[in-house]
Amino acid sequence: MTGRLRPTVLYTALIVLVIITVLPFVWVISGSLRTTGDILANPGAWLPTQATFDNFVRLFSKNGFSTFLSNSIVVAVVIVIGNIIAASMAGFALAKLEFRGKRIAFAAVLIALMVPFSATFVPQFVVTVQLGLVDTLAGIALPSLVLPISIFIMRQFAAGIPDELLEAARIDGASEIRIFFQIFLPLAGPAVATVTIMSFLASWNNFIWPLIVAQSADSYTLPVGLAAMSQAAGNVKDYGLVLAGAVVVMLPVLVLFLFLQRYFVQGIVATGLK
Amino acid sequence: MAFALQAKTGAPLTRRRPPHTGIAWLFLAPFAVIFVVFTAIPIISSLAISLTDMKSADLQTPFGVDFSGLENYVSLLSDPNFVRAILNTLIFVVVGVPVTMVIGFALALVLNNGIRRFRSVFRGLFYAPVVTNIVSVALIWQYAFNQNGTVNEVLANLGFAGPNWLGDENLAMPVVLLLGIWRNFGTAMLLFLAGLQSVPEDVKEAAALDGAGPWRRLWSITIPLIMPTTLLVSVLLSVFFLQVFDEPYLLTNGGPLGSTESMALFTYHQFGFGNFGISSAASFILLIIVAAVSALQFRLLRSRS
Repeated sequence: MTGRLRPTVLYTALIVLVIITVLPFVWVISGSLRTTGDILANPGAWLPTQATFDNFVRLFSKNGFSTFLSNSIVVAVVIVIGNIIAASMAGFALAKLEFRGKRIAFAAVLIALMVPFSATFVPQFVVTVQLGLVDTLAGIALPSLVLPISIFIMRQFAAGIPDELLEAARIDGASEIRIFFQIFLPLAGPAVATVTIMSFLASWNNFIWPLIVAQSADSYTLPVGLAAMSQAAGNVKDYGLVLAGAVVVMLPVLVLFLFLQRYFVQGIVATGLK
Repeated sequence: MAFALQAKTGAPLTRRRPPHTGIAWLFLAPFAVIFVVFTAIPIISSLAISLTDMKSADLQTPFGVDFSGLENYVSLLSDPNFVRAILNTLIFVVVGVPVTMVIGFALALVLNNGIRRFRSVFRGLFYAPVVTNIVSVALIWQYAFNQNGTVNEVLANLGFAGPNWLGDENLAMPVVLLLGIWRNFGTAMLLFLAGLQSVPEDVKEAAALDGAGPWRRLWSITIPLIMPTTLLVSVLLSVFFLQVFDEPYLLTNGGPLGSTESMALFTYHQFGFGNFGISSAASFILLIIVAAVSALQFRLLRSRS
């Protein structure tokens, strides 16, 4: 008897929870397709009475929004490439090479992972000022070029490669650089995919650091630009416009997530394995 | 004797340089540079700046500031706004962590043991908030909890007059907390799922044969066996909620009347006012709290496993 009842109860409970969980997404998307007047007049409505793409048209004709979008893309591409290169090198070294200072290097990765950002952003900002990189995309991207989580993912992957494979190449006289490029990297596809996803996510969704470094609208990334647009709107917010902006910010990640859920899951579980 | 010792340790007595030292550090160089510039130097200088009266005007000449000793720390601890921020952060942790964990654990349990179909669909949907951009979601949260927003519209249909959620000193905090929980329970669920999958089936089956019911098995077998996961999740969530910034910044900017101002947000506001010394001192206090909590929880983790 319980065998029949329980799944029905559980599925119903799960579906109710799913609805609560995805409600905000539904609202953002449906709101972006409604006029601001409609949104303010019918706050309880689920679906647009009259769907319109007018908000998106206004959004992209508005000064700056295209700049925020291209800034976000540039920063994300730089950060992803940086992470793939630097983290695969560091992960390989930590997992497969014997060297002096290995424990120090590993401790540094752990420290980088654990130190709260809010504890270091003031001096990070001072450093960025000294480097002359305030209000530049380079200043936004630089601290995230090698994320500790990327190194963890790569190190964990490298540790799974049998030592015999590398030893055989060493006996044949291959240098470590050659082993890295010709044996390790060709095998590292899945780890590279996970690092790509995780570092793209970190870059695309990063909010507080770009908020600090970007001082003018020319170097705003999407989240910072969107927050500024929303705050500038004043008392009666142009909800249609900002929700269209919200859709542009969220959509790339949700689409990636839909198709590449596996890699997201691997990435988050990797943080659990430290 | 020397031979015996050598055989015992398996290493030659004359210490040789490990074979890959040069090349390994070459591979680690990009990380090392970024680490030194953006983590090591900032931690040290954070402490140094916190002992000075540095202001934003001193940015071009950071070495020309005056040493002020512990003055920033003293004035912080006697500042009611900072004390309020500490208490608020405590509320975020004490309420946010257990609630998020219970939701995440319950979902993981249902997805792992309760149902057979659509597991990965549910898992994906529950995890979606984690990957979503917080600025986008905060916008809809603000709209939904507006005086004339969706939540109040629903309440009005039920015959209640809804309050101005984010404008009320007592109600703003629960709304901000709710966003933090919504955004994090997917992570807890995923880590618990990984933990539950490591519980051996045969142990549970043996207990079932001995007559232990499902609740008994949960209490006596599953929960003790996944203790390492539980501690890990509690560390990650505690560290998150201790540093909570995005949610209060975007929803209320710490208001009304400082009722949702977290320590991280306080730090940011002091930074915005140009009080770099005070801001660094506040963030150093936060750093010590985060480090202490992590160390405590990892110690617990080690002693149990």
